[in-house]
Amino acid sequence: MAGDKVDPIHQFVVNKIVPIEIGGIDFSFTNASLFMVATLVVATAFLYLTTSTRSLVPGRMQSVSELSYDFIAKLLREGAGSHGMKFFPMVFSLFMFILTANMLGMVPYFYTITSQIIVTAALALFVIGTVLVYGFYKHGLGFLNVFVPSGVPVILLLIVVPIEIISFLSRPVSLSVRLFANMLAGHITLKVFAGFVASLGTLGALGIGGAVLPLIMTVALTGLEFLVAFLQAYVFAVLTCMYLNDAVHPGGH
Amino acid sequence: MIVTSAYAQSTTTEGAETHDAAAGEVHTETGVAHEGGHGSGVFPPFDSSTFASQLLWLAISFGLFYLLMSKVVMPRIGSILETRQDTIARDLDDASRSKAEADAAIAAYEQELAAAKAKGNAIASEAREAAKAKATADRTAVEVSLNNKISAAEARIADIKTKALADVGAIAEETATAVVEQLIGGKVSKAEIASAVKASAK
Repeated sequence: MAGDKVDPIHQFVVNKIVPIEIGGIDFSFTNASLFMVATLVVATAFLYLTTSTRSLVPGRMQSVSELSYDFIAKLLREGAGSHGMKFFPMVFSLFMFILTANMLGMVPYFYTITSQIIVTAALALFVIGTVLVYGFYKHGLGFLNVFVPSGVPVILLLIVVPIEIISFLSRPVSLSVRLFANMLAGHITLKVFAGFVASLGTLGALGIGGAVLPLIMTVALTGLEFLVAFLQAYVFAVLTCMYLNDAVHPGGH
Repeated sequence: MIVTSAYAQSTTTEGAETHDAAAGEVHTETGVAHEGGHGSGVFPPFDSSTFASQLLWLAISFGLFYLLMSKVVMPRIGSILETRQDTIARDLDDASRSKAEADAAIAAYEQELAAAKAKGNAIASEAREAAKAKATADRTAVEVSLNNKISAAEARIADIKTKALADVGAIAEETATAVVEQLIGGKVSKAEIASAVKASAK
């Protein structure tokens, strides 16, 4: 599309597949929408099909499903205690959705939906919204204790409370930007180094020899990106657990 | 500058002013989009014209995913894990119960063995006692009969002795009579001889 030049940004362009417009607002089914649906289908199909035999002694694939279930259950229980377990479906869905989206994004020519700030922001706001709604619903104004750490002298509270408020407000920002920036930067870097391989390869024998270096780099980065893809899903889940802990036990820190 | 026609349409409907403003802003920021050859010129993740559609489709797909997870997949995995835990617990229970039964059987066996041993010892000692008692009784019976025989024999000996002694007196008198007759040729009265014998026999 961009001629002979490799454009590292092109992979993030949203293209319409089925244009839909309701009330003057554009709700088109785009390539991003396609991969959201693909994430939904792939993750659900995997978890559903691998557990369909309900084997007492699990096979490999069933083990993967069970391990991810146990993994998130343990994460949430450690992060938010047994009272936090009512959010288990939410954290599990978030983790599996982001993980699958990130992993699908690693496939060449596939769209990475988590590289869209609006997607990660929506997920982060969903988490913070849940924390706020549940926190105020459960504890009323007592939820504001979340800004008042226990055991701090009254004078220090003048400094600590504003800091706590700022840190609380920055949570949705950091939660969304962390995932978005990691995925975006990773994919750009991969594309740039892969682009070097192609560009150098056209420069004759010396260029082909020189292209080996970015090729090695691309292979290494691909491995790193798989790690980042998992790690960011994990970090998102861990932070979600931490924030939910505030909703369940305000002032408990 | 190649764009899908649909995309181009959407940007034109959005209104040229806002679009140009956004494009200009991002151009200065990234500097990449300009060379990138995109129709809008906006850095795609910050292209707000796609936000509504992305939010809608994210809500649909994630909402559906959440629903499927919480209603279908998670209860299923949970039940699998629970069933497995129950089975393991039940198997462990069975094993410990079997072990308890085996222990009880061993204890019963040992108890019976001890009882049998005690019974055997009792029978043996009883038999030994009986044999001893019988031997003692036999011996005393034999002794009694022997003593009886001895005393009977002794009585007979004494009887024979007295008889013999009595015979000795008569023989001595006769002999004395004969001796006296030979010596003195005269007759001596029987009474005198008898008294003389008696006196000498003392």
